[in-house]
Amino acid sequence: MKIKKLEERFFYLLMILSTSFLAILLLFIVSIIIYKGLPSLSWEMLSQTPKGGYYLGREGGLLNAIVGSAYLASGAVILALSVSLPLSLAMNVHLRNNKRIINSIRLILDLLWGIPSVVYGAFGFTIMIYLGIKASLLAGIITVSVFILPIMVRAMDEVMKNVPFTLLESAFSLGSTKREVAFKVVTRQCFPGIITAVLLAFGRGIGDVAAVLFTTGYTDNIPTSLMDQTATLPLAVFFQLGSPIPEVQNRAYAAALILTIIILTISVVTRFLSRKYHKTRIN
Amino acid sequence: MYVTLRKIKDRFSNAWISAAQFFVFALPVAIFISLFYKSFLVMQTSGIGDLLFSSVWRPMAGQFGFYPFIISSLWITFLGLVITAPVCLLSAIYLTYYGSNKLSGIMQPVIDILAGISSVIYGVWGVLIIVPFTGRYLAPLFGYESTGFSILAGGIVLAIMLIPFILNILIEVFRTVPAEQFEASLSLGATKWDSIKNVVIRRSFPGIVSAFGLGLSRAFGETIAVLMVVGNVVGIPENLFDPGYPLPALIANNYGEMLSIPMFDSALMFAALILFVVVVIFNMLSRGLIIYLEKRQ
Repeated sequence: MKIKKLEERFFYLLMILSTSFLAILLLFIVSIIIYKGLPSLSWEMLSQTPKGGYYLGREGGLLNAIVGSAYLASGAVILALSVSLPLSLAMNVHLRNNKRIINSIRLILDLLWGIPSVVYGAFGFTIMIYLGIKASLLAGIITVSVFILPIMVRAMDEVMKNVPFTLLESAFSLGSTKREVAFKVVTRQCFPGIITAVLLAFGRGIGDVAAVLFTTGYTDNIPTSLMDQTATLPLAVFFQLGSPIPEVQNRAYAAALILTIIILTISVVTRFLSRKYHKTRIN
Repeated sequence: MYVTLRKIKDRFSNAWISAAQFFVFALPVAIFISLFYKSFLVMQTSGIGDLLFSSVWRPMAGQFGFYPFIISSLWITFLGLVITAPVCLLSAIYLTYYGSNKLSGIMQPVIDILAGISSVIYGVWGVLIIVPFTGRYLAPLFGYESTGFSILAGGIVLAIMLIPFILNILIEVFRTVPAEQFEASLSLGATKWDSIKNVVIRRSFPGIVSAFGLGLSRAFGETIAVLMVVGNVVGIPENLFDPGYPLPALIANNYGEMLSIPMFDSALMFAALILFVVVVIFNMLSRGLIIYLEKRQ
């Protein structure tokens, strides 16, 4: 009996240790990034493009990467939304009774979700060569939108699954078509959830390197058209960290800090939204 | 007039939905075909057996042996899973069966943020903390010399990145265990830990296996963070403190240069094809197990 108690005690202790390890780990990572990035984060860093080349120039900041990332992630999110929104609506309104199709769509999405982003990068690159476009903002947007598509559908599907069927039925009984139920009832009912999915996908899209490594190129300038090359924040970290010049390395740390702040902000906003969503949802 | 406009809108939305559906079904096929098509050249010239099991890597001479890269990938993936497994299991059990709601309320955002942090951030952190730690403290402890850029550093960073991913699946798996069974075991006088060991773990065993299967396929394809800490030296690593060169890093590092040589291009696409196939197989097996688990209940 005593051994049993000891065993339980022992594992209980281990469990507490490993759970608190998670929280400590997060604090550790974030504080290291802040410690390294904060000293070099200045107004200059946020408002100027690098001068004298991103790899060798000591002067200038990260504006090219900040704007580039914003363009890239928003473009990709909008493009992905045009597929993911109708798809997840269809899964929960049009195909609601066709379990086989729904399950196979979910399976395919899980599969797509598991494909590493470097494979998407390679795929995007082949398509790019095939179509004859050069590395550009457009190629990056297309690649990233394919990569975040499964994340988005999954998150939306999760919310739309919970819309009570009686709500759909009452809309149908008033003579609405499936489209009207989908776009006017379900979309409105799930609006905060859709925003959450969009933000989640935005966070994924803005943080990914491997998918954009071959498709966006890299430049010191702010892109002015879809066919221009563009810099992104994660690429700025990745390329500038390897530089022998400390000022350039500092730019990498500052970019890492900005990226972390964006992810943290997204997390806070989604949490706030989902809390609000639970309050206003009809049940 | 209004009715016809409605009908047109309906038609349009139906077409849009069908297109989206087609796109999702066609995408994996398109990825496979394009990678296969691109890597056909190198498969034809060298033969798949030679590509997979030869360790001669001389792109300029047209010799592409992927064996060192595959071995590196396997080592790093294995290490990542082994390190992450106990942490994930223990935390998942604690959060589902011991922790209060308040604790879950604190830990869920922590897990979400860990999952959301960009892999390049993990890479920076790994270079700043894990690499010097392995080079300066761990390697001498075991009597090796190392710069720190090593298989082990890759495994540790990977393990940390896998935690939120596997933990989330495990928590879901444990929630599918019916509470009645757990309570029945408690009411028969078993302690909480005994009930977890004999009811929960046994009951959800396929789910646990599939959680790690999904983790494995995630680990196999992780690129940037691992690339930054693993050293990227071609060769079969002899011990954990040797540098390695996993497959995704190979693709990411060589992309710019390979365009001029069609065979090199084809070889890198072959590497992407290996990743794709491995990931798809492990994903499918794990999903299959999860579906089996859900059906059994």
